[in-house]
Amino acid sequence: MSLMQQMNQRAFDLGIPLGIHLDVTYRCNERCVHCYLDHDDHGELTTTEIKDILDQLAEAGTFFLTLSGGEVLMRRDFFDILEYARRLTFNVQIKTNGVMIGLPEAQRIRELGVEQVQISVYSHRPEVHDAITKLPGSLQKSIRAIRFLKSQGLNVVIANVMMTANMGDHMGVRALARELDVIYALDPTITPKMDGDLSILNLRIPGSELNAVFHNEDLVGNVAEFCAPPPPPDDDIMEAIPCSAGHTAAYITPYGDVFPCVQFPLPTGNLRQKRFLEIWRGSPALEEVRSIRAKDLPVCSTCSHVGSCTRCPGLAYVEGSMRGPSTADCEKSFHRTGIPSANMLRKARVGTAGPLVQIQPVMA
Amino acid sequence: MTETYIARSTAIAARVLGGEMMVMSAVDSTFFTLNEVATVIWQAADGKTPLSTIVTNHVCAQFEVEPEAARRDAEQFVESLARHGILQVSDHPFENAPAAPGGSR
Repeated sequence: MSLMQQMNQRAFDLGIPLGIHLDVTYRCNERCVHCYLDHDDHGELTTTEIKDILDQLAEAGTFFLTLSGGEVLMRRDFFDILEYARRLTFNVQIKTNGVMIGLPEAQRIRELGVEQVQISVYSHRPEVHDAITKLPGSLQKSIRAIRFLKSQGLNVVIANVMMTANMGDHMGVRALARELDVIYALDPTITPKMDGDLSILNLRIPGSELNAVFHNEDLVGNVAEFCAPPPPPDDDIMEAIPCSAGHTAAYITPYGDVFPCVQFPLPTGNLRQKRFLEIWRGSPALEEVRSIRAKDLPVCSTCSHVGSCTRCPGLAYVEGSMRGPSTADCEKSFHRTGIPSANMLRKARVGTAGPLVQIQPVMA
Repeated sequence: MTETYIARSTAIAARVLGGEMMVMSAVDSTFFTLNEVATVIWQAADGKTPLSTIVTNHVCAQFEVEPEAARRDAEQFVESLARHGILQVSDHPFENAPAAPGGSR
């Protein structure tokens, strides 16, 4: 077990929120077609409130802090918040579109000892990227920001969300990442809007494209290993927790709401009414999340993929039940291995999904 | 005899997890966990207190260890962390004291 795995295990055993994702704003200078957020400001946390929350998180034992949005630099006090977070010795990762990052901002980020900066790039072609962000010139600005950040020796990741509008461009973005000497991360997940609107799920890539991604050696490494049939379920698999959400990780909105994860909008409390640890230790909703093991999932526990599926309990929750299947992950398991999930077979049996080869993501 | 002063680098992330200190370098992402004795030295590394005083007042006072052995171990520990840039070492006190990491115990 690596040192990091040992630390995660210890945090799990002690019930410590090791990793927190804090969205400091939902405001944004881009209007990405697939974005799940409402960009209006409905009463964001003030600088003082955020600093108080950071104090509480440090006290609770949080080590990894992701500052994200919206666009983090839409907040004029962002560097004040970042400096405060670093003074509390969090390991900080920033997620941004980079449009507002010039050389001075890159230098400041470096001075403050940020671990990693993640920048969203949708295509290597301006006409595709800018059509997704709806901000003319945004690709050029994001690339310029990456160059500034790299010039400061910072660790940069290009996050490439894959959707119908850019699905032919991921190899181009990967080549761009290589040219810029940054890490490349591909994400084929489009999530429902936080208000429950499922319309943007139409942007999810079709199964055939997902299949091609999973069988691309450049992207997944050893294809035979990556696409191997799932291991037979054993007791360890059935006793496993679905993911770290609510166990060692949580998400905080710009309004102080605490959720188990950014993709898991289960209300557990608000930091304007309660202290973080009061919510973390006392929320019945979090207790319920923590009580769930793979064996407790009515459909997924019967599925051959139960030990290797990337099932997201948050997406399952949005789909109707935190104990239910996440259809998007069923799709991924199927296209990775060629073996249909229990959920797909069940739907096929009751005639809601039609022939397996036509199964598409929810609402597609 | 020249004194040694040690200060925690500002380019690190650190937190106490269950009584053990986790430290990660923001420079090269090297990750360390410190044992109890090393954690005591780390927490006392304020840039102002000489290492010899830290050993006497913190290490020897809290653990059953011979002063000479404690001094030797502390010097090795400091040298190792300094090599990874997560502790700064000087023969003069540092002007700005580093922040002390909190966390759960």
